[in-house]
Amino acid sequence: MAKELIRLSDCFVQFDDDIILDHINLYINDKEFLTLLGPSGCGKTTTLRLIGGFLKPTSGEVLFDGERINDVPPHKRAVNTVFQKYALFPHLNVFENIAFGLRIPQAAPGEKKKRKLPESEIQQRVMEMLEIVNLKGFEKRSIASLSGGQQQRVAIARALVNQPKVLLLDEPLGALDMRLRKDMQNELKRIQQTMGITFIYVTHDQEEALAMSDTVVVMDGGHIQQIGTPEDIYNEPKNAFVADFIGESNIIDGIMRADGVVEIFNRKFQCLDKGFEKDEPVDVVIRPEDVDIVPEDQGQLRGTVTSVTFKGMQYDIIVDFYGFKWLIQTTDFCPVDSRIGIKIDPDGIHVMKKSQYSGMFGDYSSYSEEYEEISDAEYDPEAEEEQEDGHEE
Amino acid sequence: MKNKPSVFSRVFMALVFVFLYAPIFVLIVFSFNDSNSRSVWAGFTLDWYVELFKDQQIIDALYTTLAVSALASVIATVAGTFAAIGFYNMRRRWRTPLMTVNNIPMMNADIVTGVSLCLFFVAAFGLWSTVASWLNANLGTALPTTLYLGFGTMLVAHITFNIPYVILSVMPKLRQMDKNLVDAAQDLGCTWMQAFWKVVVPEIKPGIVNGLLIAFTMSVDDFVISYFTAGSSTANLAMRIYAMTKKRISPKVNAVSTLLFVTVLALLIVINVREARQAKAEERRKAA
Repeated sequence: MAKELIRLSDCFVQFDDDIILDHINLYINDKEFLTLLGPSGCGKTTTLRLIGGFLKPTSGEVLFDGERINDVPPHKRAVNTVFQKYALFPHLNVFENIAFGLRIPQAAPGEKKKRKLPESEIQQRVMEMLEIVNLKGFEKRSIASLSGGQQQRVAIARALVNQPKVLLLDEPLGALDMRLRKDMQNELKRIQQTMGITFIYVTHDQEEALAMSDTVVVMDGGHIQQIGTPEDIYNEPKNAFVADFIGESNIIDGIMRADGVVEIFNRKFQCLDKGFEKDEPVDVVIRPEDVDIVPEDQGQLRGTVTSVTFKGMQYDIIVDFYGFKWLIQTTDFCPVDSRIGIKIDPDGIHVMKKSQYSGMFGDYSSYSEEYEEISDAEYDPEAEEEQEDGHEE
Repeated sequence: MKNKPSVFSRVFMALVFVFLYAPIFVLIVFSFNDSNSRSVWAGFTLDWYVELFKDQQIIDALYTTLAVSALASVIATVAGTFAAIGFYNMRRRWRTPLMTVNNIPMMNADIVTGVSLCLFFVAAFGLWSTVASWLNANLGTALPTTLYLGFGTMLVAHITFNIPYVILSVMPKLRQMDKNLVDAAQDLGCTWMQAFWKVVVPEIKPGIVNGLLIAFTMSVDDFVISYFTAGSSTANLAMRIYAMTKKRISPKVNAVSTLLFVTVLALLIVINVREARQAKAEERRKAA
């Protein structure tokens, strides 16, 4: 079994009247790649700052290796951070940026006296790090002369050279373009495996979270919505928020008629979910790729195609079933206004308990706008600043 | 519509410059005049400058000016820098009104600042006198019970009016700084103080140096506030010049004024060149 390294126990954070984290419980295992995923303002960065030591919980405990570290300042924690927009020191070159932590005299464990590392060791460790992040030969360069991706690597090297037990990453790829993001995702995963340490990663990008993590923690409104492996989160979302935030999903009102039988639009469907009350109202998630298109007369449900978008791999079509618009991904071309039938296998249906998020997501009547919203989900610097202003209190 | 300025506006601009600089020009020219006259040119000489440095009162005043300016600008820079950091760490709700409060003294008439500081010192001395006599009577200490306006009060006054300028010059540098830099330094093992010296100071150094230079300049040429806070036995150059003009005006006044003008001009040029350079560097950084 993996060993537990960090635990947030009943952590509550409040600024003025705003509750930022509402009694969070979370543990993080050694050598795990854990991602805190959620929209901006969900409390993910605050959670990271609790672990980094930049913030104390209003109540609750932060435990590291079983010890309470609420009052341990950041410079005494075995944790290092890669900050949003990197926070490299502009007046130092690449080498000195990475060497920064090594040049601060520290007391060895159990000793009072602080001592400096010998220059030869600093040289050696910085050079090793430069090699790990593929920046050999850049040591004399100034920070301003580096590209975004290179600055990113310096920030990672600067944190890792201190041999932390845990690396915290706050939206580290947020400022990079698409291509570079993909490259850096692989790079980060490789570095994590090479170094064999715990990564706690904050992002609002669900693809990034699914691609890199061992464990994903989905957050919203200061609450943890779900913790699980990427597969769990995608296949077995706990509520409408998670289902909507992770990938595309049609979320429909249903009624559980019996174990393995759910009724949608007055029709009974076979499913694999059990353990609900008889006739309990539920949310039903159907992923767009789990729907088979069949001729109209063979379909379990019948509807009209209202829009078609060619996506290369597949067509995204919007189908109107009894006034509810579904997104379906299919390789078959169905013209607009054609009547189609659909079939859904029992394992394509996922039933969730009703929650506060029921009815808020999962209808694709405003499909195009929703797509734009997702691409606009980058952070708003002004809002971010307000949030950080709060942090400083 | 033509874009060229009209003849009228050019003439007008020329007039403005003539009125601004002609008096100073005359002053400088006559500081080299080989005569006591203030209107007739009688040949070039450096005699007035030589005499200047033979005049013990002027030498004393020069010393006072340099000592007050140096001490006041350094102390104000340290205090102002920390004050700016305090402002920076405040929430915006508090920061904005407090920055306005900070800006008011700079706009305030010098005479008001001078008189109010003078009254404040006198009131404080009165209070001190009561406290000191009580202490002397009850604890047997030998504290002076009467204090006078002098070098010390002038220094305090200069520090006071310099601080807002330092804050105003350091603040923009702090705001340009990445907010996470201090966190990053602490994360890498620095205490807050270490982070301040290793990361914040290098980042805001241009603002600190500019603040120091501005403060020094303000102190060197201050007359009104010094006049009200220096008392009767201390005088800086500006006060000395004023005193000299009360008697028969010697061309020495021209010479010492010229020196003061040149000093302040040189300082202003340094400050402006620095600011222009920083603006350029900032543009390049943004472009990169």
